Amino acid sequence: MIRSITQLKSEEEIDRLLEGLMRVFIVGCGTCVTLTHTGGEPEVTAMNESLSKKGKLITGQTVVPVACDNLTSDMLGEFGPQMDQSDALLIMTCAFGVQTIARQLKKMVVPALDTLFIGKETGPGEFNEVCIQCGTCIIGETGGICPVTSCHKGLVNGPCGGTDNGKCEIDRRKDCVWTMIYNRLLDLGRLDSMRIIQPPRNHLGEPTPGKMILPEA
Amino acid sequence: MKVKTPSKLEKILAAGHYAVTSEVGPPRGSDPENITKKAEMIKDYVDAINVTDNQTSVTRMCSLAACIRLKLMGLEPVLQMVTRDRNRIALQSDILGAASYDIHNILCLSGDHQSFGDCAQGQNVHDLDSMQLIQTARYMRDEGKFLGGGDIGRPPNMFVGAAANPFADPFEIRVPRLAKKVAAGVEFIQSQCIYNMEKFELWLKMSGDRGLLDNVYILAGVTPFKSAGMARYMKNRVPGIEVPDELVKRMADTPKEKQPEEGINICIEQIEHLKGVEGVHGFHVMAIEWEEMVPEIVERSGLYPRPTVE
Repeated sequence: MIRSITQLKSEEEIDRLLEGLMRVFIVGCGTCVTLTHTGGEPEVTAMNESLSKKGKLITGQTVVPVACDNLTSDMLGEFGPQMDQSDALLIMTCAFGVQTIARQLKKMVVPALDTLFIGKETGPGEFNEVCIQCGTCIIGETGGICPVTSCHKGLVNGPCGGTDNGKCEIDRRKDCVWTMIYNRLLDLGRLDSMRIIQPPRNHLGEPTPGKMILPEA
Repeated sequence: MKVKTPSKLEKILAAGHYAVTSEVGPPRGSDPENITKKAEMIKDYVDAINVTDNQTSVTRMCSLAACIRLKLMGLEPVLQMVTRDRNRIALQSDILGAASYDIHNILCLSGDHQSFGDCAQGQNVHDLDSMQLIQTARYMRDEGKFLGGGDIGRPPNMFVGAAANPFADPFEIRVPRLAKKVAAGVEFIQSQCIYNMEKFELWLKMSGDRGLLDNVYILAGVTPFKSAGMARYMKNRVPGIEVPDELVKRMADTPKEKQPEEGINICIEQIEHLKGVEGVHGFHVMAIEWEEMVPEIVERSGLYPRPTVE
């Protein structure tokens, strides 16, 4: 299952964003941010305590099941009076959740998290970006591994000179994706795929911002 | 190979001479003398001078402007162009700008990652990669067209080069990668700094066996050590560079004040050795912030005087 991977903003930045906003209601989410420990019940409670100590008046807190779901406004309905009294909602969800809530409630929203990438939990506590949704998928020729996402330069025609014992020279925690692609194609007996010169990417594949309207059936 | 451009570098290679190139790095400022002085120092000892393009991702005077300075001095620049900082509109546009000054050599690179430089938080572009930039330069020259299909008035006429690093891993990928660059249309290669002769020769032999060397000139890259510290740094800290232990030891065993001299000696020995290696067509002497040593290296390697071509 794909997940929205987030990181708590610095205390400094959150303080700055909440400057002059005294009464704060805190919202977390029971899905991705609970998994990454950035906006689940314990983190929301910790934020409540930390802001209370700084003199903020916390009007309430809740963790909705899925913040990016359209039902979120119903879920938040029971907190109507508390929210009405608040100067801002501090949202401890990914940007999808923040935007869903902002769209549904006429309230100032302040994100407490940065949304890093859309990824997958590939091991306990380890998350990796797997797709940047470029709109022009080439992984049929790269052994099912995406260089557009996983190469720091997004190179589609093979590795640069900075492969460092199978790792990327700029981040030793990350594998050189072209080494992985090479090994995979070698296993599959499809090294000839590496000879294909990929043309310059078609950025019209899906121009940012993406939008899709399904044709009527 | 047949000469296709007015490039002096190409003519020298086609005539069967060992070509000699070196490079100057533009300054962190706008003083033109910084470039012209370095160029003056080496101009009689090399056939062409590479101008680096914001190398190691540190913001500097642009390669194109510095190349124009060299061209106006009557010298032969090699315009280094990385795909990190500009999209396909800007790359093609800069190629035309260079062509308007009759700059006849281009080196197509992807470029160091920006996280190494002074704008680590910046965005890289890589709208094209080095492979596609090679194709673009060739397409603009050979077809006289833009990537978008439109006709170019007075197309660029550049000898198209790229880098190759036989020492990056996995090694097995390195000859196929050269093959891919050749297929993309590259005409000359300047290699990464060579210290591990055996590996370089193996790479060259495998490239030759694949028939690649009939279609591309290889300039062997050499960089003299200034000190034992530099040798250690290159060995341990720079991915994609291999320095054998015995070279580090040789530098370390030399008294500190004699180390620069020993570094030059090693570099000259390397050139002498590489001259005997089949498939080496010339030398790219990268004396990093040590341009004043290029004349001595070239002279003592028996590569001086430089040939003249029509």
